[in-house]
Amino acid sequence: MLVCWCGSNIAGTVDINTVVEASKREPGVVYATDYQYMCAEGGQAMVRRAIEEHSLTGIVVSACSPRMHETTFRKAAAAAGLNPYMVEIANIREHCSWVHKDKEVGTEKAVVLMRAAIAKLNLNTPLFPGESGVIKRALVIGGGIAGIQTALDIADAGYEVDIVEKSPTIGGTMAQLDKTFPTLDCAACILTPKMVDAAQHDKITLYTYSEVDEVSGFVGNFSVKIRQKARCINSKLCNGCGDCIEKCPAKKAKSEFDEGLANRKAIYVPFAQAVPNVPVIDQTQCLKFKTGKCGLCEKVCLPKAINFEQQDEIIEKEYGVIIAATGFRPLSPERYGEYGYGQLPDVITSLEFERLMNAAGPTGGALLRRSNGEKPKSIVFIQCVGSRAEPDKGKSYCSKICCMYTAKHAMLVRDKYPNIDVSVFYIDVRTPGKNFDEFYRRAVEQYGVNYIKGMVGKIAEEDGRLRVQGSDLIEDTQIFVDADLVVLATAVEAQASARPLGTMLTASMDQNNFFSESHAKLRPVESPTAGIFLSGVCQGPKDIPETVAQAGAAAVKALGILSKDKLIGNPCIAGPDELLCNGCASCEKVCPYGAITYADKEINDHGHRTTRHVAEINEAICQGCGACTVTCPSGAMDLKGFTNRQIMAEVDAICR
Amino acid sequence: MQVKDQNFKPLVVSFCCNWCSYAGADLAGSSRLEYPAEVKIIRIPCSCRVDPLFVLRAFQRGADGVIINGCHPGDCHYTSGNYFTRRRMTLLFSMLDYLGIERERTRLEWVSAAEGARFAKVMNEFVGKLHEMGANKRLGDIRCKE
Repeated sequence: MLVCWCGSNIAGTVDINTVVEASKREPGVVYATDYQYMCAEGGQAMVRRAIEEHSLTGIVVSACSPRMHETTFRKAAAAAGLNPYMVEIANIREHCSWVHKDKEVGTEKAVVLMRAAIAKLNLNTPLFPGESGVIKRALVIGGGIAGIQTALDIADAGYEVDIVEKSPTIGGTMAQLDKTFPTLDCAACILTPKMVDAAQHDKITLYTYSEVDEVSGFVGNFSVKIRQKARCINSKLCNGCGDCIEKCPAKKAKSEFDEGLANRKAIYVPFAQAVPNVPVIDQTQCLKFKTGKCGLCEKVCLPKAINFEQQDEIIEKEYGVIIAATGFRPLSPERYGEYGYGQLPDVITSLEFERLMNAAGPTGGALLRRSNGEKPKSIVFIQCVGSRAEPDKGKSYCSKICCMYTAKHAMLVRDKYPNIDVSVFYIDVRTPGKNFDEFYRRAVEQYGVNYIKGMVGKIAEEDGRLRVQGSDLIEDTQIFVDADLVVLATAVEAQASARPLGTMLTASMDQNNFFSESHAKLRPVESPTAGIFLSGVCQGPKDIPETVAQAGAAAVKALGILSKDKLIGNPCIAGPDELLCNGCASCEKVCPYGAITYADKEINDHGHRTTRHVAEINEAICQGCGACTVTCPSGAMDLKGFTNRQIMAEVDAICR
Repeated sequence: MQVKDQNFKPLVVSFCCNWCSYAGADLAGSSRLEYPAEVKIIRIPCSCRVDPLFVLRAFQRGADGVIINGCHPGDCHYTSGNYFTRRRMTLLFSMLDYLGIERERTRLEWVSAAEGARFAKVMNEFVGKLHEMGANKRLGDIRCKE
């Protein structure tokens, strides 16, 4: 029995000496001591020494959560020649000292938790994990800047990577942006070379206009079904000449890439630098699909690449690791009646503003009002639209990028059109980042942007202009600003597809549908599910530099698995007592992995040899959930590491 | 009216699945969110590992309440484990109710790894209710205490 102080983290609320002394009275305990920081090198050396000197057959460490240092102590035990699964942790920090203030109460509870761990350890048996192979290929889901960067980093290390992207091109949201803060690089100039790199890399395969349909398996051995949606174009034949697009008469569809501000044809490429440069036919708009007539594109296509009969194709592939990089969508501000978005054409979102400012956008880069096509004289930006809101009004979190991109927008407007007045309504201006605050101050000091601390309560149309009614919290007054254009800095929201994907990957999600990381500080790019990694905004709002950094980190973590030939499995798996098993097959039905099969086996039943139909576990497939153990009517199935007797012993120890 | 024992300390066994609620309880800890020390947590891989016998055993041994925590439906690390738990515990709890273990003494909750605050809130509520109800005498076997 080893009790950790964790400095004052545990020792502040738990009397360590009492726990040590109490443990000495427990059955099986031959040695008990304490140490300031058991996880530190000195503490671990002490663990090793204690095992060797006292010939311990098992240890209980009363310390922080096993999710924190279970592996650390298992390694220390193994170094001293003890089976690593003869280690139990009593969580007396997260579950005790940190949630209770009274020392007497904390100590009493710590003693109980320690007793439960000892009771369990007394029933532990050495366990030996199996090994499984690693498929040396990675799947990246999402082809934005995050997915592209992760894929490039993995591919550059020499491993195959597939990118699955649901839209017809890779590039993601970054491709829609005009300039990027804080250096005002043009987004396309820095993104498109990476898109081309990804497409041309001999280790990277792109599946655009594709979605993940099904995922099964486990770390090192995932099987994935990818649905490649029918483009109605043979990608191998298409040379990207664009004649088909020119001739297409159906031109009423809203361009997704231009946020609906411009129209596109029924056959289209989302934007000029799309990768791959292969068009796609929108079957909901195409006249051939709607009326059966037309087929102009087919007639003009010289390489005969158009194929109206093309069907969705299911591609089945296997991967060692999967990286989620599904990114985000800006929240739709239509729900906020006060801003009039959707009713007032001159109230637009920030992403729409990006398209309006972009030289390749619907207006060729001219900033024009949506209502009358005139140049605006005054623009109002509103920050925190849907961010930092009450739960019923929007997102509780800060979207992190809006302060900076609004400063960028304001600066770009003043730079291009010095006569336009620019005001920004803000709650707080948050600029924590390298060169961020300098950037924001330039907007205020150099470009004369008028920042108003306050919220906007109403926007109304008056004589062809917009009257913005808001509060000025510094002057403590109601103010009105007349504007020709209002830009809403809408919250970053997880993709609608993120949640179903999380379910498929059995990766945990948070309440906002962002992927949860395994540890908020120490494992920020790993999902708690082994072999699943997180890249970019799918884990939480972040800007481009952070996204790229995290994408690289996810790649490195993925490479840590891909570069191994064998993975050590989890030995805490189910196993039947063949003498008790009556072959009812109840367990087979509840196993989510199909790890249980039935076979005729020769059994030695107390000296009596017989053949019985009994359950058999595939140890490489079983993940150790324990569903079968509870289902088994005869009590034959048990789970190593969490046996019926062990859990009962813990219950008994707690209720003693 | 029944006079409440002010010194009554309910004994609560809280089963937490490793992936969601155990991590949620850890988060409650690292966020320093207080809840009653009467709650003792047992770590299990999945809420579906909780055998009805464990719950019965806890009551037999004198527990005043048992709460089982798992991942939200649809979020189970093992895909479907918590659905089994939901069905199984619905049956068990109603059977226990029939035996005189009131509904308020048993609870099934979904707590995600990100819901530390929710974990603390649920524990506070649950133990608060047990304080009102007093000790469980229906299934407890006093021989276990000797």
